[in-house]
Amino acid sequence: MRKIFFLITLIAVIVMSILAIILPKHSDNESLKELKEKLAAKDSIPADHTKFEVLQKKFNAPSDVTETCLSCHTERGKEVMRSSHWNWERQEYIKGKGIVSIGKKNAINNFCIGVEGNEQSCAKCHIGFGMTDSMFSYTDQKNIDCMVCHDNTETYVKGNERSGYPDAELDLQKIATGIGKPKRSNCGVCHFFGGGGNNVKHGDLEKSMFEPTKEVDVHMASEGPDMQCIDCHVTKEHQMLGRVYSLSSMNKNRSECEQCHTENPHKEDILNEHTLKVACQTCHIPIYAKVNSTKMEWDWSTAGQLRDGIPFEEEDSLGNHSYLSIKGSFKWERNLKPDYIWFNGTADHYLLGDRIEDTSGVLLLNKLNGSYIDKSSKIIPVKIHKAKQPFDPVTGMLLQPKLFGKKTGEGAFWKDFDWARASEVGMKEVGLPFSGRVSFIRTEMFWPVNHMVSKKEESLKCTDCHTSSNSRLAGVPGFYMPARDRSSIIDYSGMAIILLTIFGVMVHLSVRIYSSLKRKIK
Amino acid sequence: MIKKIYIYRAFERFWHWMQAFLIFLLAATGFEVHGSIKFFGYQNAVTYHQIAAYAFIVLIAFAIFWHLTSGQWKQYIPTRGNLRAQINYYLFGIFKHAPHPTKKTVLSKLNPLQKLVYLGLKILVIPVMVISGLLYMYYRYPQQNRIESLNIESLAPIAYIHTAGAFLLIAFIAAHVYLITTGSKVTSNLKAMITGYEDLDDGEKNEEKDIKDAILLKK
Repeated sequence: MRKIFFLITLIAVIVMSILAIILPKHSDNESLKELKEKLAAKDSIPADHTKFEVLQKKFNAPSDVTETCLSCHTERGKEVMRSSHWNWERQEYIKGKGIVSIGKKNAINNFCIGVEGNEQSCAKCHIGFGMTDSMFSYTDQKNIDCMVCHDNTETYVKGNERSGYPDAELDLQKIATGIGKPKRSNCGVCHFFGGGGNNVKHGDLEKSMFEPTKEVDVHMASEGPDMQCIDCHVTKEHQMLGRVYSLSSMNKNRSECEQCHTENPHKEDILNEHTLKVACQTCHIPIYAKVNSTKMEWDWSTAGQLRDGIPFEEEDSLGNHSYLSIKGSFKWERNLKPDYIWFNGTADHYLLGDRIEDTSGVLLLNKLNGSYIDKSSKIIPVKIHKAKQPFDPVTGMLLQPKLFGKKTGEGAFWKDFDWARASEVGMKEVGLPFSGRVSFIRTEMFWPVNHMVSKKEESLKCTDCHTSSNSRLAGVPGFYMPARDRSSIIDYSGMAIILLTIFGVMVHLSVRIYSSLKRKIK
Repeated sequence: MIKKIYIYRAFERFWHWMQAFLIFLLAATGFEVHGSIKFFGYQNAVTYHQIAAYAFIVLIAFAIFWHLTSGQWKQYIPTRGNLRAQINYYLFGIFKHAPHPTKKTVLSKLNPLQKLVYLGLKILVIPVMVISGLLYMYYRYPQQNRIESLNIESLAPIAYIHTAGAFLLIAFIAAHVYLITTGSKVTSNLKAMITGYEDLDDGEKNEEKDIKDAILLKK
């Protein structure tokens, strides 16, 4: 009786402790349902602008529209003028450099290199009118382009090489009365085409996301939650949450999954523990550039070849440019597995005029900081864009050549195909020395992959990383990861001990059988 | 005189087989976590490994209580006497069908070699596995806003020790499973651990020894 009682107690304790461990603490489906309900609740309908008297007129110039907007929305112009979309620069702290003003004006990338000297063309993606050169007035509210972000008629288009002015034949009155909150189409016209073409820069932001399927992005899927950019990039007083680390250096104002999903969104504790060191994107964006290719390599050094004195282009099998006389050679890829790095939200940047210490190696244009031991670091997915781009071997500076020009003879590389002349004009414009010599250096840029979130069924599985062969995190240093890492000494000697034991047992057994057989025969 | 003797009590047998089951489960799931085999699926392996670990700890707690209250812990006090004889038996005597050098009795179930090996398991291997296992589980990644002293900078040494222990335990099991066939009959040890009864020599001399042992145990 006592024995039975004892056994029952024992089993009960074991069963209870097992239940305590495996029973879920909270359900993730519940919170996901709440999120969906919250999202489905419609915003209040905006005022019907078609009924406003001030808008019942023919607008001759796009800046007239701006003035009319500001006549009611009196303070919004000031807000816009404080935004990065307007200023193209902001104050950032960079370790080792201190507080610097950083932006498109002085940061160099390894795509079209930089804005300076090429404003007329680049201004197509500035929220202003009349950016013809670096003397653009950032203080005149009339120059704000309200429509490029707020047009809901999907008819507003900025002109090519028009310094930010829209196409001439637009119906501005229709657009001015058809405004609303920015949609994916408003943001996408610039952010999907950065670098001079669809999906060139980001890899995770491209034209398929105007109306994406659930396979491309679960959040923005038109047949799903249909989320708009500003649902995550929450905007207050025209200041948007979120930053791109080609230009940002500080860990602030980031737009994060946790805004909605919290830090512990999973049902399983073991997965929630991962969020300490692994960013959501790492598992939930297993593949990027899902529809169209993204540019992975850009070799400026081959640019300038002509056929019969005429620039030409070549295409790869998918129809992407593999060579352009004005830009050089490219490599494109799609359905990519991201690279993975440690990142703590801060970055270092190569800025115009910085001297390159080691010109023989690879120059990181935006080094993303982070390490395992750094408490605020997480593993994030990135696209690494590699390039060979012009630099001055004498001054040790990356070159800002003048690329865009309307006529030949002004020094613009895209017209004259002369590196030395383009560099001379370009460097003069930014006020930096140029020795007259042009070499090419290998550079790399990191583009964090944050979009194209896959369905949860397609997120990474444990063994995508926890494996010794082809682990997604094979190259992420500084820590021990089960299944990826092992001590070969311990593993081999452990196996040896087991095998020796089994061998010993076999020998012993054989001798036992042999001797007992011998005894039986006797 | 050979008699059927009740040598392993219910709890002891339960403890033994539960322990065996858990160690097999821990080994299988553990080596899946280690990346050596694929069977349960990685996440299941982790979950089962943790459940088995907790169950094992509960079992150990009961086993310690049982050993202390029943006085059975004294079975594991190592002795020098007969150790050499026992080794010689396994190396030579067993092949000549020589008698076991150590008489198995209720009060002294283990031969000197068993005492030594089991004691090593109990005070060295198992504690090291439990402690390194708990550290592995509750290991805190370097993180923000948490108690600094709980952060461990590297999982590597913990994992290495835990893995090394696992190899040793498997080697032990390989030897153990074989050695249970070396009883008076091939299956007699196994049968004893299942039913609790074993046919043992219950000679008068042993009775005397039993009384001596009983006096020793009481002390």
